[in-house]
Amino acid sequence: MSPLKIKKGSSSHSAYNLRDPNAEVIERHTLAVVVENEPGVLARVIGLFSGRGYNIESLTVAEIDHKGHSSRITIVTTGTAHIIEQIRAQLGRIIPVHEVHDLTVEGAAVERELGLFKVAGEGEKRVEALRLADIFRANVVDTTLKSFVFEITGTPEKIDAFAELMRPLGLEEVARTGVAALSRGSVSES
Amino acid sequence: MTKGQTSTMTGAQMVVQALRDQGVDTVFGYPGGAVLPIYDAIFQQNEIKHVLVRHEQGAVHAAEGYARATGKPGVALVTSGPGATNAVTGLTDALMDSIPIIVLTGQVPTFMIGSDAFQEADTVGITRPCTKHNWLVKETDKLSGVLHEAFHVATSGRPGPVLVDIPKDVQFATGEYTKKTANKSRYQPKLKGDIDAITDLVKAIEKAKRPVFYTGGGVINSGPAASQLLRELVDATGFPITSTLMGLGAYPASGDQWIGMLGMHGLYEANMAMHDCDLMINIGARFDDRITGRLDAFSPRSKKAHIDIDASSINKVIRVDIPILGDVGHVLEDLLKVWKSRGRVTDRENVAKWWKEINTWRKIDCLGFKNSTKTIKPQYALQRLEALTKDMDRYICTEVGQHQMWAAQYLGFEAPNRWMTSGGLGTMGYGFPASIGVQMGHPDALVINVAGEASWLMNMQELGTAMQYRLPVKQFILNNERLGMVRQWQELLHGERYSQSWSEALPDFVKLAEAFGAKGILCSDPADLDDAIMEMIRHPGPVLFDCLVEKHENCFPMIPSGKAHNEMLLGEASTKDAIDADGAVMV
Repeated sequence: MSPLKIKKGSSSHSAYNLRDPNAEVIERHTLAVVVENEPGVLARVIGLFSGRGYNIESLTVAEIDHKGHSSRITIVTTGTAHIIEQIRAQLGRIIPVHEVHDLTVEGAAVERELGLFKVAGEGEKRVEALRLADIFRANVVDTTLKSFVFEITGTPEKIDAFAELMRPLGLEEVARTGVAALSRGSVSES
Repeated sequence: MTKGQTSTMTGAQMVVQALRDQGVDTVFGYPGGAVLPIYDAIFQQNEIKHVLVRHEQGAVHAAEGYARATGKPGVALVTSGPGATNAVTGLTDALMDSIPIIVLTGQVPTFMIGSDAFQEADTVGITRPCTKHNWLVKETDKLSGVLHEAFHVATSGRPGPVLVDIPKDVQFATGEYTKKTANKSRYQPKLKGDIDAITDLVKAIEKAKRPVFYTGGGVINSGPAASQLLRELVDATGFPITSTLMGLGAYPASGDQWIGMLGMHGLYEANMAMHDCDLMINIGARFDDRITGRLDAFSPRSKKAHIDIDASSINKVIRVDIPILGDVGHVLEDLLKVWKSRGRVTDRENVAKWWKEINTWRKIDCLGFKNSTKTIKPQYALQRLEALTKDMDRYICTEVGQHQMWAAQYLGFEAPNRWMTSGGLGTMGYGFPASIGVQMGHPDALVINVAGEASWLMNMQELGTAMQYRLPVKQFILNNERLGMVRQWQELLHGERYSQSWSEALPDFVKLAEAFGAKGILCSDPADLDDAIMEMIRHPGPVLFDCLVEKHENCFPMIPSGKAHNEMLLGEASTKDAIDADGAVMV
């Protein structure tokens, strides 16, 4: 018997869909998931993504209503339109999940991320770092004679751009929160 | 101490009280250190029967069998650590087949959790992906609420297994017990389907020239009323109906429009109808890979409608044109109403032509096999079992493998909840404990587990349980001394190299039965088969029926891996090089 020759990305000879998912258009979506704030709920959400092979680009979670015991998880994920639809439906199946919103398709949304950047340098580099930070409206939240810690808020793209600029200027450490997002306008308008 | 909706009692007493309030009459379980208080509470009452199994896996499968045969949720009670980990296979099985069961596990005391205590395991962590939902209860006051919610979650929407992990100190402590009705759950799945989508389906039904109903376990899970509505709809429209392994019995096998099970080992006419139809009406099935075969060749010219209560099942593998989210029973009721109000229209002329075509496929007689007067063919054994038991009050369980597919092909199911088989997970060792659960639910019925010898040995310890509770379960073992389905795939796919697929050192099943005090029957001659089966049925206790069958029989028809519905193998002659290298990666 000949060894198995499986063409990569072929689907025409297998009962499973072996198509390379990258062959289809990959979309980036931001999902807002409102959950019951109970032990293990984050593990359920993360377990769903790892168990079913979905991507997580970023994930943030915090309690949003102490009295109502609810938390909001914001997940940035990538996949084909079909996969994104599945992710929504699968999230909706988790018992303590109350709402799932795909902010990317439900109209305009604002996305913000917070980043902390430790930049060490002396002389011209130090001055340049401070100048760029000013342009990006980053705040200095800690300083020594040889370093700054900048705090910057913005879209993930803005924070990426800031990181690129800081790298040659002595970037030592980065901490990012991941995306928090809300739809624009009032809820009653939509 | 009772005051209105609440009363004070220990956590262990709450467990028993909650089971009572939920109408539970039977619990399958196995005691251990972390559940001793609950077992003490069980000892002090008589309303709930406890069935002592011989292994926790058996408890969960028995609860599944009980649930499927009675339509009520099954309950299992096991201890912490190994008790909980042994329950994992059963939980996964119930999750895949959407069976409502409640598994209660003991846990080490709350103050010892995380300390690697004796018999400690992260039960909720381990079972999170194999339950519909699970809970670790850390306060006695919250226990009764969680238990009632557990029953609600297990039985509402798409049913499934749930687990409640109860630390030992929570069982000992006293707290407030709240009644079942005290709180309304937030979990309220949508039952009614969208009426516009239902109307779209009615319009499609009116115009269809080559329609087929493709039904699944969702019809059975929706309850007997859904099966009744399905029968009405199928009979009134005159459309052909096929079903998955999970859905057998929702429409009677003796019905005129029944064209048999579909899928990998489904009937030729059913698979051809699926391939050539112009309207596919999926009712409570999920386009499983055993059903669809090659996806890009799956029913290429049909409009597809899908009724399912689980939104994630719709458009998961197959894009459908008319999605209807809702409970099968509710949707069918509305569907019938709308169809009737629009004048009960179907394209009778074209549907009659379609039936003619289906009848030519039926003439192929895909279940035909070459019988023998010397050895018992497994198909023949099942034909005789069917002929001798079909008019009895009969429930059938199976293990997993060739015998399972033959049972699905050769036995006829006239009603729902009569057929218990591990479909999604394919769990060898399911059938015997499941048959114990079925018999507990239906003490006077004839319960037969159609088994292979290898599957049966996986949970053979439950013979002790069957004996202890005098459960007259009939173990009908088609013994080919092989892992038949593995052997079949090795023959078709791996150059007849039968790696580890024979059953060496098998026990003498008659002596094995006798060692437990049960009855053993050996049958190897086709001429003796009828008498032997009748002897099995007449015996008032558990029977191990060792039916020695043809060793190298393959299960047909078969859609080989990597092929489409219209590329079925019908018999021995057509199997050479049936699976190409690309198909070989499949399971």
